[in-house]
Amino acid sequence: MSKFTRLGNSLYTGEKSIDFVGRKWTWYAISAVIIIAAILGLSLKGLNMGLEFTGGTQYTVTVSGTASQKVADSVRTAVGGSGVKAASDPTVTTSGAHNLIIQIKSVSQAENTTVLKAITDTTHVSAKNVSQDHVGASWGKEVATKAIQGLVVFLVAVMLFIAMYTRQWKMSVAALVALAHDVVITVGVYALSGFEVTPATVTGFLTILGFSLYDTVVVFDKIKENTKNLRATKRSYADAANLAVNQTLVRSINTSIVALIPVAAILWVSAVQLGTSTLKDLALALFVGMAAGTYSSIFIATPLFVQLKSGEKEVLDAERRARRARQADPYANVPAFVEGMEVEDDGIPAELREGEETTAPHGFRTRPNTDAMGRGRTAPPARGPVRESGSSGRRQPTRQPRSKRGK
Amino acid sequence: MARKNARPGRTLAVFFLVLAVVYGLVALGGKWKPELGLDLQGGTRIMMIANGHPTSEAMKQARSIIDERVNGSGVTAAKVTTQGSNEIIVDIPGQSRDDLVNEVSQTAQLRFRLVACQQSCSTSSSTSSVLPSTAPSSGASAPASGAASAPASGAPRAGLAYDLKQAKGKKKHKKHKAGTPSSSASPSATASAAPSTAASPSATPSTSTSPDQKGDVSVDQAVQFMNNPPADWSAKLDAYTCPAKGSANVEDNPSQPLVTCDSSGVKYLLSPAIIEGTQVSDANSGIPQNGVGYVVTLDFHSAGRKAFADATGAIAGTNQLFAIVLDGDVISAATADSRINGSAQISGNFTQASAAALANNLKFGALPVSFDKKNGISHSTIGPSLAGNQLSAGLWAGGIGLLLVMLYCLLYYRGLGLVVVGSLVVAGVTVYGMVLLLSKTADFTLDLPGIAGLIVAVGITADSFIVYFERIRDEMRDGKSMRVAVEAGWRRARNTCLAADGVSLLAALILYIFGAGDVRGFAFALGLSTAIDLVIFFFFTHPTIQWLSHYKFFNRGHRLSGLDAEALGVDRITVGGRA
Repeated sequence: MSKFTRLGNSLYTGEKSIDFVGRKWTWYAISAVIIIAAILGLSLKGLNMGLEFTGGTQYTVTVSGTASQKVADSVRTAVGGSGVKAASDPTVTTSGAHNLIIQIKSVSQAENTTVLKAITDTTHVSAKNVSQDHVGASWGKEVATKAIQGLVVFLVAVMLFIAMYTRQWKMSVAALVALAHDVVITVGVYALSGFEVTPATVTGFLTILGFSLYDTVVVFDKIKENTKNLRATKRSYADAANLAVNQTLVRSINTSIVALIPVAAILWVSAVQLGTSTLKDLALALFVGMAAGTYSSIFIATPLFVQLKSGEKEVLDAERRARRARQADPYANVPAFVEGMEVEDDGIPAELREGEETTAPHGFRTRPNTDAMGRGRTAPPARGPVRESGSSGRRQPTRQPRSKRGK
Repeated sequence: MARKNARPGRTLAVFFLVLAVVYGLVALGGKWKPELGLDLQGGTRIMMIANGHPTSEAMKQARSIIDERVNGSGVTAAKVTTQGSNEIIVDIPGQSRDDLVNEVSQTAQLRFRLVACQQSCSTSSSTSSVLPSTAPSSGASAPASGAASAPASGAPRAGLAYDLKQAKGKKKHKKHKAGTPSSSASPSATASAAPSTAASPSATPSTSTSPDQKGDVSVDQAVQFMNNPPADWSAKLDAYTCPAKGSANVEDNPSQPLVTCDSSGVKYLLSPAIIEGTQVSDANSGIPQNGVGYVVTLDFHSAGRKAFADATGAIAGTNQLFAIVLDGDVISAATADSRINGSAQISGNFTQASAAALANNLKFGALPVSFDKKNGISHSTIGPSLAGNQLSAGLWAGGIGLLLVMLYCLLYYRGLGLVVVGSLVVAGVTVYGMVLLLSKTADFTLDLPGIAGLIVAVGITADSFIVYFERIRDEMRDGKSMRVAVEAGWRRARNTCLAADGVSLLAALILYIFGAGDVRGFAFALGLSTAIDLVIFFFFTHPTIQWLSHYKFFNRGHRLSGLDAEALGVDRITVGGRA
């Protein structure tokens, strides 16, 4: 734990930093591979739409005894295990005292016989006590159309919302790209795994949509805060954004752990205990989508946003300022000798032995000078005359002693 | 909030008070278990067989209209499917929801017609086609007792009046009705008045042969029919006897006149329909100001609005009646005092439930098919569609997940972790209370996806705390003392959470407005959990932290507080105040 908390501090101060923004092409490449796999899966295997979307066949069975929940459960297992693909996830309900209703997707004649046999064998009734009928889709086209309409309106509204909140429309573009990334990956996982798409799954997709945007907004909020005052911090836009991501990294890790633990628990329990089930389908969608959501807000949305911003004048100015600030004091980071400093026999300080740090752009960079007095550092000559500060000559505020201030 | 003299204790007290009120309401309802959804608990199945041989297109349309009716509020999570060629099946969560049968199967074919005769067109009317005035006058004298007594008994037909000036209208209206027999003594006056008023508003724009919408006749034609009913129709009226209640409906053809009855057994001869239910743009139920009974208020599209204004203009001041016909039965017949250019009100002996159901049905339009009420509708109880072990597995998983989340928070945040655990517990209690309350008031049912959604919401709820705590720690790393860091961190975390939760709320709102069926249910649950997240964050977590920051255990950075130097990863923390 303590190592992790140390990490939290060094990420906060910028002492340690993972270059999320700079190595964007790496992340883009990783995502591209996953997305291509997802799209391939989607186009090759397609989605396995559930009964609620396609409609199907309904069997009504009049059992000899009472139609209890136990009988329904055993019929469900038998039909699900009959080997017919369309019947792999049947809906079985009791109806009244003596009836069972079994719904599966549309099947061929041969498959129909198999399913019928599974039903009659389990319930011990003859085939003439089973009536068949066609059931329509409860999730017809108009429901889907309405949902898509709502989605489009929502996306437009959310773009406006983010653009208004952050005052940067490019953020909403980046957020939407990240969102599309998550949704494509999740849909691809569905296609690849062959899980059935049910209304519950649609709910899962919508949850992911919300979570992905939520997470992106949290990260962007920090970026917005860090880049507010670039003139003072003398950082380039990319550096400030990268620092923001690093500073929220601990939060992102914690959040994803906390959010994914319950979903993982559902996934595990349902996979171990239940076999095929609605719960498992839903949990899988959520797990993949939420993981992708956290990933994309750090690795996709942020670099993309910085890339979109990179042509803007302010950003270029900030970059120039940052470069100048770095050049102003090239020796700022040269370590000074202090009492008790570890000096090796060959005269090279321990820090310099690590090969990687010496390859930094400005010759060698080591730990910043920590000496309070600034010893061991040669200040560069001033670039111009020292001007009077803005407050000179003005009357300065005074503060009465506490006893005179009343109270 | 972040004032120096913020009183965390007071906020906490108010919060718990509100929570107590919620549970008090739940206790009044007296149900401590939420209503479970179709998949977990089963429910009622209503099977309806349509009359005749409807097209599959009509069945699809009927399915979606019924879907909108039962899921109108969006949280009922009922399932509507078609079966075979002419059956519609409605599955509704909850046992014995037979009360919904009528609401679901009602065709809700609403039409406005003018009343030509009541009870019978008098014998003179058939001969005196030259003198149209006698029809209303003699018609009025026959039902005079009926018309006058009906409002007195308070029942089935009261008013058709304005929205706004309803009170005044009603008063006049009653007076008018009471005076019916005496005023009808001068038939010539009414006769001359009727044609002239009819001519002035509607003659110019569209004369007789241009109907406002398909199937309907123009107002002029209807007025003509009303004032001068043909002999064969009045004969039909005389021959007609009101059927017993609840029996087969009258065939209601909009382009033809109609002979039918109202619920108290008064016969009517009605003109062809002048306004159709499709012209209704919105319908609401409620008690009007100064009113006593429940009414259904209708708003029209522009064409319907015009037709309604013309028709009321035509009968204004006369004693002629305007009938609102629902599924072939007259539910309300009324006079008009003047041309009404606005919304219509239907009053009758409604209860709150029946008014709401009618408004709901009218809003979503008429069914293109009708159902045989006697033999075509059956209902039965159905069992859950998911195996029984799914619920327990889901709950187990949720329990394990929550426990792990709490454990992680305790390990990572130590003392602050207790706040997380406390907040999650309080959030859970609040959510449960709201679910109980809503399942009582709004038929909210909890299905498996809903439970999964609530479990997922744990993550999003916990995230607000994580954002907050990380901010506090960041502020402390900058060298602020805990009490200062709490306020500074709060200000920033608050903005972040508001923005992020704003996105979620936006999603919930828009999906609720546009969505249908399950999507609506989801949107509702999302909005609820997000709102509760914000409430907990503002009114529980923050005050608790504020309050805890007064304790040395936290503000001096005890080793177990989660805010010590080691946990922050700095060398030493600033101890504020009078340290």
